[in-house]
Amino acid sequence: MFAYCADPQSLEGLAWLSCYLTTGKHLLFYQSFAFIVALLLVTAPLALGVGFMGALATRSQFAPLRWIGTVYTSIVRGVPDIAFFLFMPLAIDQGLEWMRHKMRCPDWDEPIRQGSDFVVCASAKLPLSSSPQWVHEYYGVVLGMSAFAFVFGAFAAYVLAGAMNAVPRAQMETAEAYGMTRRQATWRILVPQMWVYALPGLSNLWMILIKATPLLFILGIEDVVYWARELGGRKTSAFDFPHPDWRLWYFLALLVFYLALTKVSEIGFSRLARRMSRGQATAAGVKEARA
Amino acid sequence: MKKLILSTAALALTAGLATAESHATTVRLGTEGAYPPFNFIDDNGEIAGFERELGDELCVRAEVTCEWVTNDWDSIIPNLVSGNYDVIIAGMSITDERDEVIDFTQNYTPPSNSAYVALSEDVDLENGIIAAQTATIQAAHVAEGSATLIEFATPDETIAAMKNGEADAVFADKDYLKPFVEETGEFYFVGEDVPLGGGVGMGLRESDTELKEKFNAAITSMKEDGTLNTMITKWFGDDAQTY
Repeated sequence: MFAYCADPQSLEGLAWLSCYLTTGKHLLFYQSFAFIVALLLVTAPLALGVGFMGALATRSQFAPLRWIGTVYTSIVRGVPDIAFFLFMPLAIDQGLEWMRHKMRCPDWDEPIRQGSDFVVCASAKLPLSSSPQWVHEYYGVVLGMSAFAFVFGAFAAYVLAGAMNAVPRAQMETAEAYGMTRRQATWRILVPQMWVYALPGLSNLWMILIKATPLLFILGIEDVVYWARELGGRKTSAFDFPHPDWRLWYFLALLVFYLALTKVSEIGFSRLARRMSRGQATAAGVKEARA
Repeated sequence: MKKLILSTAALALTAGLATAESHATTVRLGTEGAYPPFNFIDDNGEIAGFERELGDELCVRAEVTCEWVTNDWDSIIPNLVSGNYDVIIAGMSITDERDEVIDFTQNYTPPSNSAYVALSEDVDLENGIIAAQTATIQAAHVAEGSATLIEFATPDETIAAMKNGEADAVFADKDYLKPFVEETGEFYFVGEDVPLGGGVGMGLRESDTELKEKFNAAITSMKEDGTLNTMITKWFGDDAQTY
């Protein structure tokens, strides 16, 4: 990066460190932090959306929809995250490839499952093996995100359903007295008021989601954990900057990063909670009004 | 006018065919990226090492466009078979067990030695705890003997385990271990070298015979004009075995 970095062997002390910390590989490491934040910002609304639909489903008057909602939340809540995390991307990937295989290669006579191998015709592959590398990488990321949204959606559904039940019954009765239909009352009275009850649960979920992002590593996605391990390992002279096993320092950096991220979100959520309590018939809302 | 449209259509058609052709010959090379000097991620974040240089040259000689991807070692064969990439070029020794699942080209390094490395020279290799990378010929060799085997996903972790005292010694390719012994001064080669495997080759799906022949021819041409030997000496030192 700097001009004096051309010959790393001749460097010492701070100059060496400044060159070492700005190698292309380190820049990829720094990028992966931004990637984690971006991923969280995309995944969280997605999970919230899934959760919202799940919560509405569990409250639905239409029985099959209610069953789907209940089964979804109870199954996901009862299975370890990591098991779902290994299962979901594989299941989605094979499911999509299976469907494409049935559509594109109807006259394929070999079985799809051959022992432990899952073999579909070349044009059914997802992504196609001729597509560029970034497509393959993004495909993996999208699969990971859908797994996150699926798992955390179930928890969010539970939180939101609880919040919906927490909205005072009198509010809904008043809505009915004004002649609103059930649908109108849900959208105009229930949904706007439930967020303050949902917030503590949702902020908790957000924290857990932040801490769950290293699970991407087990899917083979090159995230912060991957680069920390890769950079921290002992380096021989095959590399420009040989050094002993520094994994401790790199994992310490991860620790600081995650702590900072959760601290910032804590501050953000407490502000949001204060704002949402305004004018609400809750203890925090009353306190806010008196102050 | 009609002629113009026709010729444009013909042009578009041939252009389409040409791109289809070039797409068809894009070969994806899968490597581990954690096994210096065979393959590793260099300081620019690019795949580098002996196999990077060799693979690029082989692709030129075989007249195919190549693209590099990395994959964890323990799933490198399943992901080849399921078509995530077309070739394994990852310091993989040719063995009969692997040959049942995938196909190998001829070897591009001669059969080489594996060695033990430890913190001191008086460790018990017979009954001690030996660290090796999962699913390697070295791990299989330790498992057959009387020593206790502990396996790790990356070769780097085997060295760390030995350094921490979790394992008494590391058993791996001598070419991989040599820089650690020569440069750190903390580690020693212990016991006899063990010749294992039939040299390192490229792994391909069993159905990919055409591609295999292309690479076989390319390897032969590099063996004949001496460029392969130069490359081996460049990456593995002057005392490395050559053809």
